[in-house]
Amino acid sequence: MTTLAHSAVRLLVAAAVWLACGPLAAADARYSEAGPESLLARVFEQIEQNRLDTALLQVEALIKAYPNFRLAYLIKGDLLLSRSGPIKTIGNVANAPADKLADLRAEAIARLNAYHSKPPANFVPRYLLQMPPDQKYAVVVDTKKSRLYLYQNEKGTPRFVADYYVSQGKLGADKTREGDRRTPVGVYHVTGSLSRAKLGDFYGSGAYPISYPNEWDKRNGRNGHGIWLHGTPSDTFSRPPLASDGCVVLANPDLDALAKTLQIGLTPVIISNSVEWLSLDDWQAERESLKKEIEQWRADWESRDVERYLGHYSKKFLGDGMDLDRWSARKRQVASGKSWIKVSADNVSMFRNPGKEEMVVVTFDQDYRSNNLANVMKKRQYWLKESGRWKIAYEGAT
Amino acid sequence: MSFFRRSLPRIHSPCRATKPGLALFAAALLLSVLALPVRADVLQDASKLLKQGQAAQALEKTEQYLATKPKDAQGRFLKGLILTEMNRGQDAIVVFTKLTEDYPELPEPYNNLAVIYAQQKQYDKAKQALEMAIRTHPSYATAHENLGDIYARMASQAYDKALQIDSSNASAQTKLSMIRELMGSGRPTSKPAIGPVAVVQPQTKPVEEKPAEVKPVAAPVVAPTTADPKAGDSKVADASGEIAKTLDAWAAAWSKKNVKAYLAYYARDFQTPRGESRATWEGERAKRINKPGSIQVSIEGLRVTAETADRAVARYRQHYRSASLKTSSNKVLVMTRHDGKWLIQQERVGK
Repeated sequence: MTTLAHSAVRLLVAAAVWLACGPLAAADARYSEAGPESLLARVFEQIEQNRLDTALLQVEALIKAYPNFRLAYLIKGDLLLSRSGPIKTIGNVANAPADKLADLRAEAIARLNAYHSKPPANFVPRYLLQMPPDQKYAVVVDTKKSRLYLYQNEKGTPRFVADYYVSQGKLGADKTREGDRRTPVGVYHVTGSLSRAKLGDFYGSGAYPISYPNEWDKRNGRNGHGIWLHGTPSDTFSRPPLASDGCVVLANPDLDALAKTLQIGLTPVIISNSVEWLSLDDWQAERESLKKEIEQWRADWESRDVERYLGHYSKKFLGDGMDLDRWSARKRQVASGKSWIKVSADNVSMFRNPGKEEMVVVTFDQDYRSNNLANVMKKRQYWLKESGRWKIAYEGAT
Repeated sequence: MSFFRRSLPRIHSPCRATKPGLALFAAALLLSVLALPVRADVLQDASKLLKQGQAAQALEKTEQYLATKPKDAQGRFLKGLILTEMNRGQDAIVVFTKLTEDYPELPEPYNNLAVIYAQQKQYDKAKQALEMAIRTHPSYATAHENLGDIYARMASQAYDKALQIDSSNASAQTKLSMIRELMGSGRPTSKPAIGPVAVVQPQTKPVEEKPAEVKPVAAPVVAPTTADPKAGDSKVADASGEIAKTLDAWAAAWSKKNVKAYLAYYARDFQTPRGESRATWEGERAKRINKPGSIQVSIEGLRVTAETADRAVARYRQHYRSASLKTSSNKVLVMTRHDGKWLIQQERVGK
C-alpha cells in the first residue's frame, strides 16, 4: 500500500525536477541552507527510497523546526495514512477543499524546485549591473520560481546571501491595473517601513512598501498602489505561491532576516517573471558597454555639441513632459547660451529591467555646472536598446 | 478449558449503542492463567455483571477480590475494563499503566491503554502504547488494527492542520477495539495445554490475521521431516501443480468474498484453529469475509512437501489486505486429497 503513496510522491518530485530542468539546474554548496527546503527535500528523498519511517521522523523534525508549516502537516498526514491504507495522491483527505490541496502541492513543487535548482555559482542576476557603494544589498524576485534572492554588494559585485520562498499575487505577475491581484514586474526600491504595531496580524512581522508604479509603469499607463514586501499571519508558516493581492509575501523569520538588510529609499527590489543569470564575464561585458554609453552621453553633454548629445535620446523619449522634438528644441535653445558645461555623475546604479525589452534603469547623483546655471540632483534615466545602441527613453529627477 | 471457552457466547457490549467509539470484542473469558477456580468464579461473576451493564456492582466485586489478591493481573485487568465502561478513563489509565509496568510482556493492557488514549485524542500516547503491545507480541492483530486506526486519526489531525479544516466530526467514530480478556500471551500458563487444540491465545481474529500466536501450539500432525520417502518426485511435482491451482482458486474465492466457494476448500475434518465447532468457525469466517470493503489475498513462494500421495504440506507467504488491515505472513496448510480434490485440513501460521 505504500507503493501508491510512493508513486504519488514520486510524481510530485518528478514534477519538481522537471520544472527545475534547465541550464541552471546545478546545486551549489555556496548557498545557504536556511529555510525548510533542505529538511523538506530530505523528507522527499526518504520517501523516494521508500523509507517511510525515516521520512515520518524527518517530517516531525520539520514541523518542530517550522511550526504551522501546513505543507509539512500534509505530508505527515500522507505518511501516517500510508500505514493504515493505500493512498493515491499527495493529500489523501476525504472531502478536502481542492483549492487548498492544490495550493499546498504548488508550494511543495516551488520549494523543492528551488532547492534542487539553485542558481549556479559565479552567475549573477543580469539585472544587478551596477550597485553604488551605499547600496549594501539588492533583492531579486523570481515570480515563476516563487523565490526571492538576496545579494550583497561586495565592492560592486553582487554576492549571493540567501534565498527565500515567496508568495505573489493570486493571478500571478505583470501587474497593470489597480486591483488586478497581480505582482508588478520591474525595477523598484524599498520606500518605507511599516512597523508591526501599525499592521494587523495579516501582515506578520512587518511590511516594506516598494516604489510601484515607477516612472516607466506610469508612462505605460500602469496603475495601482500599495505593493509591499510583507510577512505572514501567525496561523501559518507560509502562504501558497499565488496568494496575495500583488504583494510579495515572505515567512516571518525570512522577512525578519531580510529586514536587517533593507535600506529605506535605497535597496533595489527587482521583480522578474524569470530571472536571467549571467556569468561574471558576460555580466562584466554588459555593464562595461553600458557604462561607456553613459560616459559618452556625459562627455557629449559637456562638449556642448547639442546634436551629438541629442543622439543619445530615443525617438520614444518622454521626460519632464516633453517628447523628443520638444526636448531637442529646448536643449538647442539652452545650448546657445552656454560657454562651458561641467557634468559629473556619481553613485551610479544600473539595474536592467526584467523582460523582453532591453532596458536599464540608471540612477545617479548629477552635479551640473555651467557658466549660467548649476544644480545638483538625483537623476534617473531609462536606457533602451534600439538597433543595437543604448538610447535614453526617459529622464527625470527622482 | 477449551470447553469453557467454547461454551461462552459472543456478547456485544451493551455500551455499544451509547459509545460507538468502543467496539467491544466478544468476551470469551479464557482464564488460562488462573490457577484457582474460586478466582475464576468471582471474576467471572464480575465479568457477567459488567456485561449486563451493572458496572458498579462488577467493580465492587472486583475490588473485593483485589482486596485479597492486590497483585492479581486478571482482577486488575477486569477492573480496568470496568472503569473504562464507567467512563472513568483516567482511573482506567492508571490501572492499565500499572499492569504494563508489572507485566510488560502482556499486550492486552497496552492495547486497552491505547484505546482510552485514543478516546481522549492523545494519539501519540495511543500509538506508543500500541507499539509496545506489538513489541511484546509482534503478531497481535487487534493491536495492529488499532494502530492502523491511530495512524488514520493522526493523519486526519495532520490534514486538519495542513488545510485548516475541521474533520473531527467526519471521523469521530473510532474503530479501536478494546481487548476484553487477558490471556497472558507469552506467559507460561500454570496449566499444561490440553490436547492438540491447546489454545494459548484468544482468537478474536481469524488465523490469517494473527500469525505467530498459533505457532507455539503447532499441531503434531505437521512434521515435514516425517515425509514419506516413497512419495516420489513426480508425485511431488503432480501434487505441487494441483495444490498450486487449488490454492490460487481458494485465494481467488476469498478475494471475491465468495464465502461458499471459499469454505468449500476446507476438508470435512478440517481442524478449526481453536478447536471450535465447524459451524462456529464457518460463521466467524463468513462474518469476517462479509465485512464491508474489499479483500485481497495472494500467495507467494509456494513450496509443497508431499507426505503421502494424498497428504501434503503447503508453505507460502500470504499477503492479505482488507479495508482495515494489511499483513504478510508465513502460512502452513496441511492439504489432504479426497476424491482427487485437494482440501485444506489444517491452516496455521508459521514456517
